[in-house]
Order: sequence, then structure tokens, then C-alpha cells
Amino acid sequence: MSIKVRALREFWCSIGFAERNFMLVKRYAGWEAVFLTYTIVSALTIGLIGVATGDQRLVLYLVVGAVLWGYLSILFHEVSECIAWERWEGTLEYTFMAPVKRFTQLMGNALYAITYGLGRAGVQLVVCALFFGISLAGANFLAAAVVLVISSLPFLGLGLACAVLPLLSRERGSQATHIFQALILLVSGVYYDVSVLPAWLRPFSVVSPATYTLRAMRAAVLDGVGLGALGNELLILVISGVILIPLGFACFVLGERWAKRTGKLKIEG
Amino acid sequence: MDRIKNSDGRKMAERPETSPTGNVERADAERESLVRTEEALNDGRPALNVEGLTKRFPRPEGKRRGFWRRRPKFAALAAVTFAVERGEIFGLIGMNGSGKSTLIRIVSTLLVPDEGQVEVFGVDVEGEPARVRELINRVAVDAAFFKVLSGSENLRYAARLYGLSPRVARERYDGLLTRIGFDPKRLSDQVKSLSRGERQKVAATRAFMSAPALLLLDEPTTGLDPRSKREVQRVIREMRDEEGTTVLLTTHDMEEAERLCDRVGILHEGRIVTIGTPAELEERAGGGSTTLEDAFLKFTGAEWLGDENGD
Repeated sequence: MSIKVRALREFWCSIGFAERNFMLVKRYAGWEAVFLTYTIVSALTIGLIGVATGDQRLVLYLVVGAVLWGYLSILFHEVSECIAWERWEGTLEYTFMAPVKRFTQLMGNALYAITYGLGRAGVQLVVCALFFGISLAGANFLAAAVVLVISSLPFLGLGLACAVLPLLSRERGSQATHIFQALILLVSGVYYDVSVLPAWLRPFSVVSPATYTLRAMRAAVLDGVGLGALGNELLILVISGVILIPLGFACFVLGERWAKRTGKLKIEG
Repeated sequence: MDRIKNSDGRKMAERPETSPTGNVERADAERESLVRTEEALNDGRPALNVEGLTKRFPRPEGKRRGFWRRRPKFAALAAVTFAVERGEIFGLIGMNGSGKSTLIRIVSTLLVPDEGQVEVFGVDVEGEPARVRELINRVAVDAAFFKVLSGSENLRYAARLYGLSPRVARERYDGLLTRIGFDPKRLSDQVKSLSRGERQKVAATRAFMSAPALLLLDEPTTGLDPRSKREVQRVIREMRDEEGTTVLLTTHDMEEAERLCDRVGILHEGRIVTIGTPAELEERAGGGSTTLEDAFLKFTGAEWLGDENGD
């Protein structure tokens, strides 16, 4: 099979995964409304802390943090939990037996996560802008969009690495991904500058891709900084993505091999 | 339609010349996949060749002796050797825990053998699992679905995984569901609202839809009423007769094994204890009025003493 034809077939398969996930979203529409409401209200309450100080810039600072974290955490969560979800549904063996490359499966889930995350973050941003009467006139939207796209790469890599955890341990794997996500939230300066972190925590903020994403996004939205001035942050995010995606995938492949040797794919309960 | 035939002239698969979306490249993808399948199908080797297959798992009740020591293991499969010829329906019968599902999982590329070799149409399951996956499909005893999705949504998703366009998939599963006796009106209902029998029918349709060269059926008719059971069995036989599909069937139902299988292997405590046609097994077990169930009980050392005990 030629590379082009194979790539095309894999592309349609990845569309299949994304399509399936959107069908599931439709079926769980009630819960989707609940989650969306919760994340919007959460962003509003955080923004109100800025209102209480009377500092409009702080309101925007907090809203950008809340919305961006909402997007990144959806991205990470959806990719890292795609295996746990299939295990819960009982379809994991069926999917693993299908003639689909594992990379295609994970990229299909990533495609869904990006589209779904952007949709939810967009709604969250619009509601916050209307609620707080925020003006985005000075924002550099091109730079913000580029930051958003590039910041997705390292988070996909982290998600891929964590996706394998439920294969290694049914419950603890999923628990570990949530702890990992919480630690990123703590050290990346989502609602505060990382300089306020205790000295022993600051090194973790240096290795978290979210730190650079938030810094670049705030510069683009709050100060209208252009792509040229964001070069350092974007470069770090690109390098992180280039390292983390193959690394995450390699972790997944190793974990899958181990699960197949030890019989961990089998559904119990 | 492209009709691919194996060496003995049986039709192996049927796929459209162009994809329903009109996308020539997608049609090319389907055709090239078919050519690769044809290559594997026409090289004359058995559909399934299992040699010295051994798989061990840690004993669930076993305790580690020391922190670094591993739990003691038991052999779920011990040096299992047999072959299934092309176009054959081969049955594996055995008690619960005899290793049937482990064997099916290894052939499905979901488990890696500890020792031995398994080849599907000459393709090694451990060395080239991706190629093997193009040749197989499976119906498990507890068919897995996205239960909040409808039957048709699940089938559409499965079609994507097997490189079938939605229209081709629709044509195939509509026909199959009718043959299998599934009420088409129920297809738009969520799977969770379907009965166990209806779910098994959708699962069978999902597997048949991809026109696998080797169909792995792990107790596919468990939970079906007698009529539904017959309908599924009829479609299995038709797939073999009309499309040349090779079938590996595990079952507890001796009547089913006798009705469907060309040959039967009895698996006991991870070992194949005997293989033959149902009639041969009955003959080996004593002949006369001996049934396949009697033969099974005899070969597994679990002869039924109920009548003698007055039960």
C-alpha cells in the first residue's frame, strides 16, 4: 500500500474516532451543559476577584488564565483519558483489534479534543467578555491564535504519555493523570505569576509548558504583543512538542506491549 | 464489484469499485488493502496455524514470596498445536477456564504468546499484528459497544475502523441485519436498550460487515433464543459457503458445535486433548449412541455420573 493511500485510510479512521466522540457528546448533552455551566461560572467567579480589586487588567489576566487553562485541561484530559474511557465502556479490546494504527487512534482523539476544547473555550471567553464588559481591542488575535495552536503540541505529548497509565493500572492510572493535571495547574501560574511560588516549587514551573503558554497568551491578549516578541516562548513550546509527542507515543507503545504480554487489556467488570 | 477468490475458487470478499463518496483515492485504499489480503489468502498456507502455543498468567490467588519475587504462574495454554484449513468451521470446546478465550485473544493480537507461534494465513500474529488485524474480526461472548450510541452509530464507527465508507457499510449491515433477523426499527435505539440477544446480533453483524477472512467467534450465540441462535448459525454457514470465510468458533453448546463445525478440538486445562469431526470424536468416545457431549465429558475426565447416582 502506498504511503499516500495508507495515510488517507488512517486519516479517515482518525475522523472516525473524532466523529464517535462527538456522537457521545450529543448523547451526554445534559452533562455537557452541566460541565460547560460549571466552567463558565468558575471563570466568572475567578474574574470577580479582579473586579473586587478594581483592577480591570487583573480581571482580564484572570479570565485569560481561566479560559486558557480550561482549553489546555480539556486537551490533556480528553487525550489522557481516551483509553480509560474505552476501558470503562468495555470497547478497548475491540478498538485494539481493529486494523488501525495506534497513532491514528490517539490523533483522532486529539483532533476531537482540540475541536471540542476550542468550542468550549470560545463560549467561555464570549460569556466572560460580555459579563465583565472586557474590551479586547488591543489584543493581537493572530499571535493569540498561534500561541493556542503551538501550545497544543506539548499538551498532546503529555496526554499521550498519560493515556497509557490506565493500561498499566486500571484505577490508579486514571487517578495519577488527575494528580498530574493538578500539579501543572499549581506550578504554571494560571491565576498568578509564578514568581509568587515558594522557591522549591519554581523549578517545576520552568519545565511546565503551560507556564510559557500563559505568559505568551497574556502578552498577546493584554499587551497586544506580536509574534516576533513571543519568539522565545513559542520556540520553547515547539521544542517541548517535538520532544513530548514522540516521547509520549513511545511510552504508550511500550505500555501497550506490556499490557499485551501480561493480559491487562482484558476487561474485568 | 471486485470479487476476490481464494485458491479453491471461493469468493473471499466483495467491495465496490469506487467509494460512495466518489473519492477515487479512498477506493484505491480499499482496493490496495484487498490486494494485500488476496496475497495472504492465496499462498496456500492454512488459515490458522498454531504451534506449541503457551501462555502463562500469574495465579490470582498466588502470593508473592518476597517483595521482588513474582507471583507463581499457571499455564492458561500449554503447547497447543493445531491448524484450521481455509474455509473450514473449526470448533473449540472446553470447560470454563480451559483457555478458549485466551487462544482467541492471542489470534486477535490482544495477547502476546509466551512460547510458540500463531500464523493467520501465513502471517505471524506477533511479528506482523497489523497485517493480521486486516484479516480477522471477532465476536466476543460479551459484545462491547458504546452503549449510549445507537446500533447504527456503533456500526458506522466500526466501519470507519475497517476502512469502509459509510454508504458501503450501510448497504452491508442492512442486508446482514435482515438475514440475521434483527428488527431494523431497533437500529436507531441506544444499544443499552437492546436485549442481550439483539446486542449479539448487532455484534455479529459488525464482525460480518468487514468480510474477514478469518472470523473468530467466542461463544457468539450465548444468550440468544433458539430461533435467533439458528438465524446467526445460518449466516455463519452462509459466510463460509458463499464468501469462503474461515471460522474459529468457541462454544459450550454441543448441539451448535455438531451442527456448525467441520472439525472440533477439545481444549482441557490449556491442552488440546483431541481433534476430529464430531462423528470421529463420538466414535473415539465409544460410538453407538454416544453424543458429542458424552465425548466432551469423557475427554475432559468429567464423565457425568448423575444417572448412576439416581440424580
